[in-house]
Amino acid sequence: MSAQSSSFTIEQFYKAISQKKLIGGKCRKCGKIHMPPRPLCDSCLSKEFDWVELPKTGKLLTYTVIHVAPTQFQTMAPYAVGIVQLENGVKIPGMIKETPLDKIKVGMPLTLEFEECQQTQQWPQWPRYHFKPA
Amino acid sequence: MKGKPLASIVSAGLSKFGKIDGLYARELFAEAAKEAYERCPNLDPKRDIKALFIGHMGESYEHQGHTGATAADWAGLLHVPATRTEAACCSSGVALKAAVYAVASGLCDVVMVGGVEKMTHRSTPEVTEFLAMASDFPFEQWHGITFPGLFALMATAHMHKYGTTEKQMAQIAVKNHYNGSLNPKAQMQKEITLEQALSSRVVAWPLKLYDCSLITDGASCLILTKPELAKRYTDAPVHIIGSGQASDTIGMYEREEFTSIRAAKLAAKTAYEMAGLTPSDIDVAEVHDCFTIAEIIAYEDLGFCRPGEGGRMAENGETALKGRIPVNTSGGLKAKGHPVGATGTAQAYEIYLQLTGQAEKRQVADAEIGLTHNVGGSGATATVHIYRRG
Repeated sequence: MSAQSSSFTIEQFYKAISQKKLIGGKCRKCGKIHMPPRPLCDSCLSKEFDWVELPKTGKLLTYTVIHVAPTQFQTMAPYAVGIVQLENGVKIPGMIKETPLDKIKVGMPLTLEFEECQQTQQWPQWPRYHFKPA
Repeated sequence: MKGKPLASIVSAGLSKFGKIDGLYARELFAEAAKEAYERCPNLDPKRDIKALFIGHMGESYEHQGHTGATAADWAGLLHVPATRTEAACCSSGVALKAAVYAVASGLCDVVMVGGVEKMTHRSTPEVTEFLAMASDFPFEQWHGITFPGLFALMATAHMHKYGTTEKQMAQIAVKNHYNGSLNPKAQMQKEITLEQALSSRVVAWPLKLYDCSLITDGASCLILTKPELAKRYTDAPVHIIGSGQASDTIGMYEREEFTSIRAAKLAAKTAYEMAGLTPSDIDVAEVHDCFTIAEIIAYEDLGFCRPGEGGRMAENGETALKGRIPVNTSGGLKAKGHPVGATGTAQAYEIYLQLTGQAEKRQVADAEIGLTHNVGGSGATATVHIYRRG
């Protein structure tokens, strides 16, 4: 396996997030952009990719307000999560913050905001990001 | 040949569904097995059953994995090849597909297939966390999306695209609770009103408590044989004539649309083609109403109505017990309960009762063709089976 293809992973995606970069893998053969990056293109099975920076703005496709949360998120509830379609068509889910919950609407423009990393000893040590009104 | 039986159900068992204190998963499965054995006096389980397939989702609940061997042991089937399948809420739908492969291939004359889950001894936040494992971890769970949250995302999309209403979703809950009130094995055996459903507390907007299925303990099983052997065991077998299964992206966000479940549509297409039937041939169906919106989407994905018309179909009572096509006569996951690993074969149990005239107060008159629709997670796995009275 070439070093180039094996680096297109979820781990690398989150490493880039910790450096405040939103990146995806673009298939050299069919042009599909993957978020998260994958070692094997699900469309054409190619193993060759280039890194591309993804736009940080997009529109909200759908959302919900979580009231009953898992243990880890209980203190944050109620909180909003949604699926955002970035300007290049790639879709990313995430929390929607920095807005009153009742102002959230399908179709609203949002922008991605990186969060400061919280250091823990547990796996995984992925940094978080959220969306806020553009 | 279209409509040719792939395998035949000659017996079935179901434990009581609900909060069953003091019984662990293996003991619940033994309850289901006991009923299946009692229903079928011509079956000698130790001699005849050649394999066990069992759906089970979570080790976390009881700190217990290795469910295949454990279930075989407690069902009195020590030493049979025992295979556990896991596909979240579709775990025993997938087990059923595997059992159909085993019988239809000719390798096994008689197999047991079932499912089990023990959930109610854990707290709601713990169960919420365990169920979320059915979804994508790095991008969904990690960002606080719960399992009800995923279906809430579908509900918002469906409301936005088609004008589906919270009231229409509540009508699914009212219907399924009514059906559950007629099922002595259901977890919830009381009717609810539309007002009660609409005013219940929010779980993941727009889904409220009464839009959500229950946290349940339970087990289910079926005995399958080669169709040519069915009469050896019963005068009233139920033939499986269509068996479809499909998968999709684990991350819901990667899918083209959030208003239908593509894996369910693909599984349905396969099953209808095998059976040589169309949606209008179905007399009774058990569909995966893990949330009320999921039942509305199921009507559309199964072709019972056109895309976007599922909400109105619920509103018009077309799927009520005396409607055009009764859906979830058992009470569904909503009222009968949803012990996740047990659900797929519990749906088949209800269709078995319906097609053999044993559904008592909730019997659909003269039901000949039945369908089950089982969905895993937010739709990364789905199975659809079609059944014909033997």
